[in-house]
Amino acid sequence: MSNHQASATPWWLNQRIRGWIAQLLVIAFVAGFFTFVAYNTQVNMQARGISNSLSFFGQEAGFSVIQSLIPYSSSSTYGRVFLVGLLNTLFVSVIGIIFASLLGLVIGIARLSSNWLLARLAGAFIETFRNIPLLLQIFFFYFAVMQVLPTARQSFDLGGLFFFNNRGVYLPRPVPEPAFWAVVIAFVVAIGGVIWLRRWARRRQEETGQPFPVFWGGFGLIIGLPLIVFFLAGMPLGWSVPQLRGFNFQGGLVAIPEFTALLLALTIYTAASIAEIVRSGILSVSHGQTEAARSLGLPNQRVLQLVVLPQALRVIIPPVTSQYLNLTKNSSLATAIGYPDLVSVFAGTALNQTGQAVVIIGITMGVYLTISLSISLLMNVYNQRVRLVER
Amino acid sequence: MQIVKIVAAGVAIVGMSVAANAHAGKTFDSVKAKGYVQCGVGTGLPGFSSVDSKGQYTGLDVDVCRAVAAAMFGDANKVRYTPLTAKERFTALQSGEIDILSRNTTWTMTRDTSLGLTFAGVNYYDGQGFLVKKSLGVTSAKELAGATFCIQAGTTTELNLADYMRSHHMKYQAVTFDTSDATSKAFDNGRCDVLTSDQSQLYALRTQLKNPEGAMVLPEVISKEPLGPVVRSDDTQWFNLVKWSLFAMKNAEWLGVTSKNVAEMKKSNNPNIQRLLGTSGEFGKMIGVSNAWAYDIISQVGNYGESFERNVGMESPLKIKRGLNALWTQGGIQYAPPIR
Repeated sequence: MSNHQASATPWWLNQRIRGWIAQLLVIAFVAGFFTFVAYNTQVNMQARGISNSLSFFGQEAGFSVIQSLIPYSSSSTYGRVFLVGLLNTLFVSVIGIIFASLLGLVIGIARLSSNWLLARLAGAFIETFRNIPLLLQIFFFYFAVMQVLPTARQSFDLGGLFFFNNRGVYLPRPVPEPAFWAVVIAFVVAIGGVIWLRRWARRRQEETGQPFPVFWGGFGLIIGLPLIVFFLAGMPLGWSVPQLRGFNFQGGLVAIPEFTALLLALTIYTAASIAEIVRSGILSVSHGQTEAARSLGLPNQRVLQLVVLPQALRVIIPPVTSQYLNLTKNSSLATAIGYPDLVSVFAGTALNQTGQAVVIIGITMGVYLTISLSISLLMNVYNQRVRLVER
Repeated sequence: MQIVKIVAAGVAIVGMSVAANAHAGKTFDSVKAKGYVQCGVGTGLPGFSSVDSKGQYTGLDVDVCRAVAAAMFGDANKVRYTPLTAKERFTALQSGEIDILSRNTTWTMTRDTSLGLTFAGVNYYDGQGFLVKKSLGVTSAKELAGATFCIQAGTTTELNLADYMRSHHMKYQAVTFDTSDATSKAFDNGRCDVLTSDQSQLYALRTQLKNPEGAMVLPEVISKEPLGPVVRSDDTQWFNLVKWSLFAMKNAEWLGVTSKNVAEMKKSNNPNIQRLLGTSGEFGKMIGVSNAWAYDIISQVGNYGESFERNVGMESPLKIKRGLNALWTQGGIQYAPPIR
């Protein structure tokens, strides 16, 4: 009897099928909505005589950009402008993420230090920079710090090699000669050596219980080997030293003030947040773990490195990921001080010169979405690897 | 801030699509229905559009908005202002956020043909120039090879500079900012050697420097910059109203009708003046407003010459000479078609 009843249940009461139907309806609705918006936009733009195509990508842009990581001139195309802006955005974001992580880690640990002064200083740093809007900090570093530096002709001069002025920070730029390749090869060999060293040290520790200072050994290898090769090859490296010629310094390596100010602001603002995340991660590890590790006779640094941080990381990584995303997205504030990022040169200048608002804003949003999802993906993969493995 | 702008642009685009032709051909009607003109102006440029000590917008560009409101409603104060940067201006107009863009915008072929926009006339003939500090010791733009320029982003200025430097085989660097304020501040602080912009703007920005006497405008003018109000090209009636409001101001100056004598002039027996002030003919009707439209403009805003002198000319701190902007009868090129 019950058997008969179950088979008689009409399909529209079946929970699985109903679930599928509901999902399909939602998808159809969302797709329909976006199709409607896209179609309507197209019709309206045509009705108003606003042309809309991607053909502008091949046209000459005709304006100049102050910083580009790839060759660019005012006769380059809008496609090139897009690449220049994208690379500038990625450049400042990647460097910002690296610096903010390091600074955040140091300050987060300092905040928990038993040294009263150090902990208070870290606390003051965090509270100050986390609670001031980022745009104000960018303006502060740009207008109050970078622009009050002296003019090019009166730059701060460190030994005739380093110059600081309101046009940027000028450093000597290394110019490698052909024999420099040997040094590069030595560096690669040293990295291979470190990997081998790690394995060997682990095996030895498992067999004999003797630890080996892998960090310092590896450090010596990576610095030492290329250095020896460098001297053996007769120091195959020239330097291009910045020199004042005409209006400005020529030669050398320059960090423009727009970049420096933006990087400083992004780094410090994000580091303050990361420091709090690091602190909460460390506090989440039960004190018993620390005590247990100490009772094994491990020194403090090893306790932090082997017991506390690995457990703290699983708490730390997800919120830090969103800080990385924030930093990348916040880099678009660059346009306020003239750093040529994607939003400034592509969604700003290129949009205005071509009038292709819909296409350009669409592409820009797509790019930020892609960058954000990529960071998320990478961090999730990393999270999978470091999270606690339950045995 | 920029994210907000992007979101705003995105919302505007979605609005443009969902509103489904709500405005098509109906700007005139919608302005009439809401009872005021939404006017896009600059973010603060003395003489053209800036906020005075009483919190009122004033300037040559602002007067265009006021003239249109006077023609439409008989009241020059029925205007609401939207300050826009150079980068935002066209999207704001295209998406219907504003009804007129009156913001020292250069009339170019691309802008007139491919953006769905139409220029309604020229209220200032300008040209691009260079502002430098006197301490630099430069006297001509030809000596600017290797210099760093401060520019406002998204303007014809950026393109003209690139053309000029390329044709004179000079290398240069350009730092671009969103607002004219940030641009002049960076120039003031020495971030760049040269500030380049339309000459009218250079004179205006110079007054805001820490030491205006220490800066000078170089003699070279490297481009033609006819500046004027812009409307969407989907409503001829609205376009005609804006265009003829501007023409009425120029015709009033030609006929010697000013804000002070306009009441008396109503009794004039000069047929040109009679047609202008609506004492003969039905010219207001032709553009959908009252026949006293030009009378209202002149009595409340003044004629073109009055507006020029008050905002940028000898009665203003800018002290710009009429030059090209004098009427054609005075050696300039400002010329309005007749009302008949």
